[in-house]
Amino acid sequence: MSDRIAGTALVGLALAFFIGAGQLDVPFFPDPLGSKAFPRLIAVVGGLAGLAMILRPDGEPSWPRLADVGRLAALAGTLVFYVYALGWLGFVAATALASGAMSYQIKPDIKKAALIGIGLSVGLFVVFKYLLGLGLSALPRW
Amino acid sequence: MDLLSNLALGFSVALTPTTFMLAIAGCILGTIIGALPGLGPSNGVAILIPLSFSFNLDATQALVLMTAVYYGAMYGGRISSILLNIPGDEPAMMTTLDGYPLAKKGRAGDALVLSGVASFVGALLATVGLMLLGPLLARVAFFFGPAEYFALYLLAFCMLGGLGSRNQAKAAVAVCLGLGIAMVGVDSSTGLPRYTGGSLHLYDGIDFLVAIVGLFAVAEVFVFMETHGRDSAIGVTLKKVTIPVRDIFYTRWTMLRGTGIGFIAGLLPGAGASLGSFLAYSLEKSTAKDKTTFGQGDVRGIAAPEAGNNAAAGGALVPMLTLGVPGSGTTAVLLALLMTLNITPGPLLFSERPEVVWGLIASLLIANVVLLILNVPLVRVFSRILQVPPSILLPGVMMVSFVGIYSLSGSHFDLLLMIGFGILGYVLRKLGIPAVPVILGILLGGHMEVSLRRAMVLSDGDWTYLFSTPIAVGLWIAAIIGFIAPFFLRAYLTLPKPPKD
Repeated sequence: MSDRIAGTALVGLALAFFIGAGQLDVPFFPDPLGSKAFPRLIAVVGGLAGLAMILRPDGEPSWPRLADVGRLAALAGTLVFYVYALGWLGFVAATALASGAMSYQIKPDIKKAALIGIGLSVGLFVVFKYLLGLGLSALPRW
Repeated sequence: MDLLSNLALGFSVALTPTTFMLAIAGCILGTIIGALPGLGPSNGVAILIPLSFSFNLDATQALVLMTAVYYGAMYGGRISSILLNIPGDEPAMMTTLDGYPLAKKGRAGDALVLSGVASFVGALLATVGLMLLGPLLARVAFFFGPAEYFALYLLAFCMLGGLGSRNQAKAAVAVCLGLGIAMVGVDSSTGLPRYTGGSLHLYDGIDFLVAIVGLFAVAEVFVFMETHGRDSAIGVTLKKVTIPVRDIFYTRWTMLRGTGIGFIAGLLPGAGASLGSFLAYSLEKSTAKDKTTFGQGDVRGIAAPEAGNNAAAGGALVPMLTLGVPGSGTTAVLLALLMTLNITPGPLLFSERPEVVWGLIASLLIANVVLLILNVPLVRVFSRILQVPPSILLPGVMMVSFVGIYSLSGSHFDLLLMIGFGILGYVLRKLGIPAVPVILGILLGGHMEVSLRRAMVLSDGDWTYLFSTPIAVGLWIAAIIGFIAPFFLRAYLTLPKPPKD
């Protein structure tokens, strides 16, 4: 079933990609092949492969249980938060928070997670900033 | 002798203090990365590439460092396979079949030493093979025009989809996803944007390093997060390490056979190290007189795949350096490194930048000796790495990935894109759609389109031009066979499932 759903989605994507190719801007002096043909070729092959997935699906993969999905969503949330926090809080605080949170998600021990977060963030900052010379800013830039 | 003077040039580059230190550092780092469960050559190298730019290394040095990491990870991969029964990466999977059972019998040390020696034999002979075959193939590659290159890219995708995968349709889906992603951005032939949705962020296209780190490293953390309980996998403890001279002598032909077949598998564009270790193991098992001991800790079952996958790793460098077509996931990542360093792999690399190629080859010869030392007498030290708890390891890996990409582009958009690729990689993995073809598609999509369009310009739109030379026709035939053959060989050639504990 999963393969059929994914296959359908892929066929849809290929169709969109094919139609999208028709709307691309064309230069005044195009080359013989032009800029639309190759994307269309990809769309056709991809669409056929998607169709093959619908017609001959594999066995069902082991999808995560609902609780695990929650954990994965929390991880994704942590990462997106980290991207924005890099700007708001600076490298050290953002990294400490994000890696602490990740550590807590793997092993729910709040004290250890906090220590790991702080340790990783300070350690990585020193390595990256002073050993590798990356332009990281420890504190937020206002 | 051309070869000797080239080697002399190579060693003069490789023995400069910086390059030498980088080769050793790469070996150590690579072995650590390989030993860590869940981290293998491709995601290890992917994470480190962005960082290698911050060293301001020149092209040769960056390539030496990363290739040493690659070789090191191929060696190190066996450590977690044998001690934990968790392969770091797909190529190391076959080693779990006999390595773990032997370790459970209390001979973990023997298994590690034997596989270390097998790795050495495979990798060293493959490097020699690269040395001999590379220049030859580079000479042939001079005859390659756009039509031949188009056919060659097709061959790589067909091989990857046919021989290298479990399900052709899914591999084809993966290739098309990658090619489609490569289409995003400004069209290099006309200067007009395609599929950018008007977003300025996408005008430059999607950086393949962002995709690589996302699909390999970030996705790996997601997969780990789901399975979660792995941190209790203690596996086997390593007691004393002695050198099992008798076993090494007993498996000498096994190692050579594994090396030969692995090297050939590596040479095929798109096939790579997983196929190399798989074929080496299968060949050894099918030609053995008594098959019953395989899977229960047979020493031949350890020596064959380890020699095979390390030889394939070296073999995969040949098409990558001479033709610009990578043979495996990790060489795809190395190709990304070369492209970012503004080096175009191909025949001209051998004639115009001999110091890069031969410096690399000489460094690899040195690296192999260093790796043998690291992986046989010092294997105890590296087996300690397995004790790093995931609650430190995973946040660490994730943060290093982020800092790498951030230092490369300084763009928050790229970081978000990387997370997106991570989630995509997780879903693809669940569906059994391989990630390597996606990467290869993103890397080669632009080149593939350009060679097709050039061919059409040269022939003024005549399609038969694509089949006008013997080389091109040969490549097309090989591509079609590579894709179709597995349908008929399925009965004999099924890739094994990952081990379950």
